[in-house]
Amino acid sequence: MSTRIPLPYSPKVLEIFRNPKNLGPLEDATIVESAGSPACGDMIRLYLKIVNIDGQDIVERATFESYGCAANIAAASILTEMIKGKRVEDAWRISWKMLSDELGGLPPIKYHCSILAVGALKRGVRAYYKKIGKHPEWLPKDLTIEEKQVFEEEEMMERYYKSMKALGEVR
Amino acid sequence: MSRKVKELLESHGTPQKEIYFDLENSGFIPDEVVEAMMPYFNKKGFGHPSITHRIGWESLEIVYETKELIAKTLGIRNPENIVFTHSGTEANNLAILGFLLKNRDKGKGKKVVVSAIEHLSVIFPARFASELFGFKVVLVPVDREGFVDPEMLKYYIDKDTILVSIQTVNHEIGTIQKIKDLIDIVKSANPNAVFHTDAADAYSWIPIDVEKLNIDMLTISGHKVHGPRGVGALYVKEGVELESPLKGQLSVEKLWPGVENVPLIAGFKKAVEIMFSNFNYRVNYVKNLRDKLMKGILDRVPEVLVNGPVGGMRVDNNANMSFLRVEGEALTVELSLHGIYVSSGSACSSRVLEPSHVLLAIGRKHEEAHGSILFKLSHYHREEDIDYTLDVIPKAVERLRKISAWR
Ligand SMILES: Cc1ncc(COP(=O)(O)O)c(C=O)c1O
Ligand code: FES
Repeated sequence: MSTRIPLPYSPKVLEIFRNPKNLGPLEDATIVESAGSPACGDMIRLYLKIVNIDGQDIVERATFESYGCAANIAAASILTEMIKGKRVEDAWRISWKMLSDELGGLPPIKYHCSILAVGALKRGVRAYYKKIGKHPEWLPKDLTIEEKQVFEEEEMMERYYKSMKALGEVR
Repeated sequence: MSRKVKELLESHGTPQKEIYFDLENSGFIPDEVVEAMMPYFNKKGFGHPSITHRIGWESLEIVYETKELIAKTLGIRNPENIVFTHSGTEANNLAILGFLLKNRDKGKGKKVVVSAIEHLSVIFPARFASELFGFKVVLVPVDREGFVDPEMLKYYIDKDTILVSIQTVNHEIGTIQKIKDLIDIVKSANPNAVFHTDAADAYSWIPIDVEKLNIDMLTISGHKVHGPRGVGALYVKEGVELESPLKGQLSVEKLWPGVENVPLIAGFKKAVEIMFSNFNYRVNYVKNLRDKLMKGILDRVPEVLVNGPVGGMRVDNNANMSFLRVEGEALTVELSLHGIYVSSGSACSSRVLEPSHVLLAIGRKHEEAHGSILFKLSHYHREEDIDYTLDVIPKAVERLRKISAWR
């Protein structure tokens, strides 16, 4: 096999993996955004229903689909719980580290599973403001660390497949 | 450290039914083998096999008996050509690194040829020796089922090739190489090239006659035959010279310093006895179970790929399948919660987040490799174990596919 590494998941990861919340597509989602790709080995799709109540943008509901490891599924599930009912601005402030801590601390090799979930959320928030043609002050122009990482992972795979195609290694 | 794992285990709980298929990575030791080892911990032969007292000689006796038995099962005339190491990994390191160390002066310009699907304990030492001494390491590609084509191998062997290592059976996808043809090709292209084969996954599953095949070096490992972990052996043909990469006080083995682990060697012997006592019957029994498992999965679950060959050129204990649209690590956890223990070649379960190099080498795309699950069967499995597994797998895959973002 490939090289192995011990992965002592926290009981919380296991518990959420068993019973993930907010699964599957959301019919009336305002925004659908994904991060990663099957080729990277992990991919998350977030469905966000964002409403404006008294001038405040609120995440009314969020659901997810995940093609990823147990940590990834747990991260996506808990993230959708964390942002439910939150102001979009507050949801934006969730970092991959906060999410990882919420899961009882992920092993370092699994950090990117949390990054992927938060990356998808941040993309979703940007997409929302683009869609409604607004740019709130708190939304930075520069990509966040999570968005950058997700982008890099996706790019890396694209490059890999391009080079393999050139070598005739991939159908 | 351990507290986290303890909590994890408590949260997991012990499933009512448990079936262990992860014999690739390690396995339980049958009672008879445990019983054969026990006396050597505290009743007899617990001494150093190279010291002149009765307890030392008792150790020596079992070390020699084990070598004689292994020699017999592999068609090796002189049991002294077998070296015990403390694992299969060490045996492969002794073979590859030991040979290249001995020939390090020749470094530049000389070639080492290994297949692209070798165990990492072959590929990494070869690369290491290449960094140290300048050998050129060439990975021979395999076809979509994992075969090295003998006709193609011919083009890789030239007068500068000093070492070739191609395993007899692949540990992940079960490909049984046409090893005789490969050796003949190597020897006719360059009679001086030394041929090593890692037979860890072939031993006790297909007949091997080392001397008839003209094999120069061959690796086996204890826990691959239901013996204990932490013991392996390397056959080294007379005339093949190695320099041990390990330095220290010698005992029985000239090539592997440190005291031999006599209880594990005694267990190795018992395990080999069991595996060879009813060879054909056992292999056929396992083949039927394996076929039932593979066919059952293909019948019940859509979008499944078989990794490796089907039919007679696949070793009879191996089933490796990719479940598309699910990630393999998540599936191992899901199956574990149902008491089915398997491993995956997914990137998510590796240290470097890269999928299995074996699956990539047979042309599997990343997303195909990610969903791979490896089952290894043995005569300790029962038909109802397979029935239970076939009951659980469709549900487990279905649940994860429902979650999956890959549609
Ligand atoms: C083909 C092959 N070679 C070598 C080894 C290494 O053996 P060990 O685990 O005893 O170090 C293994 C073990 O998985 C193997 O499958
Ligand atoms: S999704 Fe691949 S490691 Fe978590």
